[in-house]
Amino acid sequence: MPDNLKYTQEHEWLKIEDGNVAVLGITPYAQDALGDLVFVELPEVGRKLTKGEHFAVVESVKTAAEVYTPVAGEVIAVNDNLSGDPELIKKSFEEGWIAKIKLENPSDLEGLMDRAAYDKFTSSLD
Amino acid sequence: MVAEKKIALVQEQNSMNIMDQTRGLNYEENLLWEKGHGDHPGVDLPTPKGMKSRTGLPVRDKVGLPQLSEPQVLRHFVRLSTKNYSIDHGFFPLGSCTMKHNPRLNEKIARLPGFGGIHPMQPESTVQGALRAMYELQEILGELTNLRGVCLTPAAGAHGELAGLMTIRRAHEMNGQGHRKIVLVPDSAHGTNPATAAMCGYALRVIPTKESGRVTVEAFKAALGDGKDVAGMMVTNPNTCGLFERDIIECADLLHKAGGYFYCDGANFNALVGKIRPGDFGVDVMHINLHKTFSTPHGGGGPGSGPICVNEKLRPYLPMPLVVKKPDDTYHLEDDGERTTTMGRLKGFQGQFGMHIRALTYILSHGADGLKQVSEDAVLNANYILSQLKEDFYVPFDGPCMHECLLTDKLQKDSGITTLDIAKTLIEHGMHPMTIFFPLVVSGAMLIEPTETESKETLDHFVTVMKSVASDVKAGDVEKFHGYPLSAPRRRLDETKAAREPVLRWKE
Repeated sequence: MPDNLKYTQEHEWLKIEDGNVAVLGITPYAQDALGDLVFVELPEVGRKLTKGEHFAVVESVKTAAEVYTPVAGEVIAVNDNLSGDPELIKKSFEEGWIAKIKLENPSDLEGLMDRAAYDKFTSSLD
Repeated sequence: MVAEKKIALVQEQNSMNIMDQTRGLNYEENLLWEKGHGDHPGVDLPTPKGMKSRTGLPVRDKVGLPQLSEPQVLRHFVRLSTKNYSIDHGFFPLGSCTMKHNPRLNEKIARLPGFGGIHPMQPESTVQGALRAMYELQEILGELTNLRGVCLTPAAGAHGELAGLMTIRRAHEMNGQGHRKIVLVPDSAHGTNPATAAMCGYALRVIPTKESGRVTVEAFKAALGDGKDVAGMMVTNPNTCGLFERDIIECADLLHKAGGYFYCDGANFNALVGKIRPGDFGVDVMHINLHKTFSTPHGGGGPGSGPICVNEKLRPYLPMPLVVKKPDDTYHLEDDGERTTTMGRLKGFQGQFGMHIRALTYILSHGADGLKQVSEDAVLNANYILSQLKEDFYVPFDGPCMHECLLTDKLQKDSGITTLDIAKTLIEHGMHPMTIFFPLVVSGAMLIEPTETESKETLDHFVTVMKSVASDVKAGDVEKFHGYPLSAPRRRLDETKAAREPVLRWKE
């Protein structure tokens, strides 16, 4: 996992581009818990999201999990490649992103975990 | 090495044309459409040679069905039926499902001509006995839950949930509380609970239970807030971790003070029946799965039946129809329009009448003492399994449990053997797997519900198989598990492909 990303307790990763765009995906921990992925439901481009709102669904052979945004803002792009190949989420951080969100309040990023804090968090689970 | 060879053989066989696979008594069944392509006659008869139609029209058009004889069709379905594993085949420890034996006495009584041969549109005066049987069932379910208003019509558990929540919504609307839009649901809930709330137009607020596996007063208070916008809560008790919700009375009191109603999911009533009454721990409305607790057929062999029971606060809003007893001791199916406060009708006619009779038979043949023993034995059996396996598998929440026990694959996972492999191993040993990967509050869940109808020998067989899995994994003998089941009609399936590219209809 790269060191320059931000992480959430709901196991999303965020990469900040151009200072005001967050690229969102789900972490290897979440990918492992879900198992084989069969479907990803993407949000519509242009949708306005509030902080904490769920905006995508990742479905696996075990369960369907909602993906939450820790930041408020507008969806400016979605990764359409996931529709045909949901397993792409696991391939790499570059290819497995879900959506790009234009930040409404950059201060939403405060309080998100860095790599070290997230590693500590996941090792405290189960 | 032997295991590897076996797996290779399986892969080879799976790639063979399935039509070539019938061996001995192990039939590979093709679809009737695939069988019926011969040039021999079946439902379409050949036109006799030299026959002339007097009208000039064809004697008979082709029916367009597979060309098969009656014994061919009969054998096809009988063979298929032998591949359908059921509670009548063997152990079926599916958690949160209560797959118990369906006593054949139920079937005998439901087939009596006075029950089996009547029609829902017959005049009431000619079906007084049937209506009385429904009325008696209403009364008994009211007594067992201490929720005295009972509607028998919902056709399944999820339908009962919907009826229950719509009853709550109707009550709020009739009492000027229609602005309440939040329903509280623990994260261990059955998936149908949040789905039902959403179907009724409610927003969800989740009560986290990961720490202790139970709803605590603190977590409940935090979710409730001031409660002004809360319509109600949906809680299963005992919950899906197999644990009794100890703080439920206090939570129910807080909810009632805030103006909300308590809906209890009745899926796990088998742990309580005859022992305690949900109305006594604050429940306002509850559905009952006749196909679980009261032994009517469950699953594809149903139909299910999910009556709802409510207390006096909610009785006026129950769905229609209800059976009422009139002052002259005759019985009447109350129809639409006879009660203006009702939330309306959710089902044609009077519900799954045949299931009402089976459930009533089961209840009367057990009696009050027998039902009490049902829940005691169900809890005993689950705790027997828990006590036998607690050293071999990880137990996320300490026992004793109620009617089902929760284990996980935490001790096995590092060797590459997961809950899925353990479930497939049970198939190899002739048993239905337990519920897997549910509840979602723990990782790699295995939820085991033996029910009271299993013998100690059956439980011991299950325990032996589970222990052998644990000891093989410990000894590093793990390769074979990835290939199981080897002796089932189908081996390891590609579940991902099945979900992504389902083939749901036959194509020529």
